[in-house]
Amino acid sequence: MIINQKVSDIIEKQFPGSVILPEEPQNDYIQLLPDNWNEIAKFLKNDTELKFDSCQCITGVDLGIEENLEVRYNFHSMKHKHKIEIRIAVERKRPSIPSVEQVWRGADWLEREVYDMYGVRFKGHRDLRRMLLPEDWKGWPLRKDYKTPNIYNGMKVKKVRKGWD
Amino acid sequence: MTIDNIIIWFQSWLPANFSIISLYLVAVLIAAIAIFAIMAVNALVAVYAERKISAFMQDRIGPMGQGPGLHAGKWGLLQTVADTIKLILKEDIIPRAADRKLFIIAPFVIFLGAFIALAAMPWGPNLIAADMNIGIFYILAVSSFGVIGIILAAWASDNKWSLFGGMRSAAQIISYEIPAALSLVAVILLGSTLSMQGIIESQAGTVWGFLPNWNIFNNPFSFFAFFIYFIAGVAEVNRTPFDIPEAESELVAGFHTEYSGMRWAFFFLSEYGNMLVVAGITVVAFLGGWQSPIEGVMQGAWWGLFWFLTKMTGVIMIMIWFRWTFPRLRVDQLMSVAWKVLLPIALFNLFGVAIWTLLVG
Amino acid sequence: MGLVHADEMTLNIGPQHPSTHGVLRLKVKTDGEIISEITPIIGYLHRCFEKHCETLSYEQIIPFTDRCDYIAAMNNNFGYVLAIEKMMDIQVPERVKYIRVIMAEFNRIASHLLALGTFGLDVGAYTPFLYMFRDRERILDLFEITCGARLLYNYMWVGGVSHDLPIGFVEASYRFLDEFEKNTKEYHNILSYNKIFIERSADVGVLPKDVAIDYGVTGPNLRGSGIKWDLRKDEPYSIYDRFRFNVPVGKGTMGSVGDCWDRYWVRAEEMNESVKIIRQALDKMPRDGDVHEALPKKVRPPKGSIYFRTESPRGDLGYYIISDGKGGPTRVKMRSPAFTALSALSEIASGWMLSDVLVILGSLDIVLGEIDR
Repeated sequence: MIINQKVSDIIEKQFPGSVILPEEPQNDYIQLLPDNWNEIAKFLKNDTELKFDSCQCITGVDLGIEENLEVRYNFHSMKHKHKIEIRIAVERKRPSIPSVEQVWRGADWLEREVYDMYGVRFKGHRDLRRMLLPEDWKGWPLRKDYKTPNIYNGMKVKKVRKGWD
Repeated sequence: MTIDNIIIWFQSWLPANFSIISLYLVAVLIAAIAIFAIMAVNALVAVYAERKISAFMQDRIGPMGQGPGLHAGKWGLLQTVADTIKLILKEDIIPRAADRKLFIIAPFVIFLGAFIALAAMPWGPNLIAADMNIGIFYILAVSSFGVIGIILAAWASDNKWSLFGGMRSAAQIISYEIPAALSLVAVILLGSTLSMQGIIESQAGTVWGFLPNWNIFNNPFSFFAFFIYFIAGVAEVNRTPFDIPEAESELVAGFHTEYSGMRWAFFFLSEYGNMLVVAGITVVAFLGGWQSPIEGVMQGAWWGLFWFLTKMTGVIMIMIWFRWTFPRLRVDQLMSVAWKVLLPIALFNLFGVAIWTLLVG
Repeated sequence: MGLVHADEMTLNIGPQHPSTHGVLRLKVKTDGEIISEITPIIGYLHRCFEKHCETLSYEQIIPFTDRCDYIAAMNNNFGYVLAIEKMMDIQVPERVKYIRVIMAEFNRIASHLLALGTFGLDVGAYTPFLYMFRDRERILDLFEITCGARLLYNYMWVGGVSHDLPIGFVEASYRFLDEFEKNTKEYHNILSYNKIFIERSADVGVLPKDVAIDYGVTGPNLRGSGIKWDLRKDEPYSIYDRFRFNVPVGKGTMGSVGDCWDRYWVRAEEMNESVKIIRQALDKMPRDGDVHEALPKKVRPPKGSIYFRTESPRGDLGYYIISDGKGGPTRVKMRSPAFTALSALSEIASGWMLSDVLVILGSLDIVLGEIDR
């Protein structure tokens, strides 16, 4: 979409060095560096030409066991009716990203879900705790290298492996 | 057949020096058993009627059965009997943290509130357990007894939700007593007597030649007093639209959440008993009691009982109708209806009836 | 004189409760009857939908999408298959397009009937619930004669639908629609304009416009706050641009804009609009055609990702699907509208009484299956 290219240029002009340009030109998404994500987010929301006031979806992605984790944001503007996708890659060891919970209030629960499933820590989130799994669950389920535990709080979970493939 | 009459009948065929105290006790026992039987039968019939009427209103059928004795009888007539047997056989669970003595006493206190009020209810021209000359005053006084039982039940359950329900219920019942009593004072003014039989007898005759001289038709102020008393009465019994204390969708079951089995059945018995009391007072005070609607037709001792029961059944059916039609009022709206709407209208009514009595006589 | 500090009581509503529309736990701090803070705690119905999708093929995922929002299952299917078809660039036959719209709109009516019925039940009106379920039963009968299932259909497949409409479906639909329009008047009489109902729901739980957009609330909840945004009109997908219908918006008729009554009323009016759409679709639908014509032999979308949203009865349902050319997806994320609606609860319910909190929760129309996946 043309809007992606335009937004990418605007962001590069405002915050030079944040946009990672792709190898071949595409206009599906904008890849950013995580460092000043919070300021870029505020800019995206408040700038009159862009006005992305609705955070639609925040998805955590695990591209493979050897690859990084990624957090992908989908934004939409109720005023101008355009939308973009932003992708931010984080490393597997200690994944951490600035939180945009204070910019879009809806991002609060969506970020908690990404934390719950992938272990990505959102810096600055006021109440980062697990959302769908019990508070004392160990592990980050949606990662590709996750092994379902055999024991939880002292209770053994029998795995019937006969007949499974 | 008041208690006095029973004693006189006993004395007529027993030796003369029979202790009058024991005769008195036997007579009271007979009356008490009769009233308890009336309450029990009323609960059985009213619960069945409620289930069937609500089912028909909601486009379904309600309890049904295949034949006598099988599956709750034909048309489900034996459903409540089956329910009672099941409740008697249930395990009696008292929560460990509950206050045992209060927990056990609470249902009986509520039951008492309805039971002793029925002692002064005139079922027919001479069918009244205690024919006092302060009948209606007595009923108003003792029917507030039930509130204590509700608070006891709420507290003894050791459950935050029950406590909520009990507090709401106590506030509601106490608030609605006042407009109820004020409307009844209007009736007392019209009849110039506190005795139940006296109020009924003052409603003999006709108004404008064809309408019976019941208090509802007598003058416009008592017409409104009927509605005020009826609404306040529905609130007293904790029925929808005022059933916040047992609001099923909020507090699970309010103050009787922790009760199960026969104890819970007692709550239900008391609720329907209270409905009986309120319906009875409505009929006595406003609808002419055991008087027949047409002068001279079907009048007499047993016809009086028939009319009383018919009118009472009609009032109870209207209460059931209310329950399944209206949504529920919130607590603060409930209270504001009592204090800001019903109370001023009741006061104004009282004033109007007093002026009417002075002018028209 | 200092301020009297009454102790706050922490209460727990749920997870099992007659009124929380599923297994939802609400931690509530109250001061007497007024709520000072409310925290929803979810996760009691988490069935690992997203992890499971990574081990299944694309067609096998369709029954699992049904089970997320089990009340509006057709719409869940619809969004998913449209996303895959967009990725694979499949053109479905005309008859399939019309059938899909008809089924989705019928399911919208059924879902709204349940939402309004249970809302009435929360407020204490027992009878409208049963009347609305009577109509819902007739819709479920229509579904049953088509695909055999009443609640979870697995009906829309990539490239088509699973069963063609049976003989008699069109006539039965017309009969149902005629009767349903009469019944909506009855519902307005018995519930919408009832004074007690208005007292309970007007001016309660107002969701202001900017708060709604900030929290990402969509669907009837957003339209109840006065914003005219409907994905079927603003970002039309499938063949919705061929139909003429209105988008009801809350105007604050009985209280303020964005209160519970407005959200209720928007849903009630949307049912009428769905009836219009179904009638137009039944009229224009081609009478014959093979619904299995365009089913692909293998569902293998090319490498890439897509975020596709459709209008489900609860809001905009989004699917983010990442494929890398194999038979099954790398990642499927379902963005559920009830999730964001519930996150707004803590803001709009503070300061109200306990009875109001349940009314507000009922007006948001959440389904825990969708929230927890």
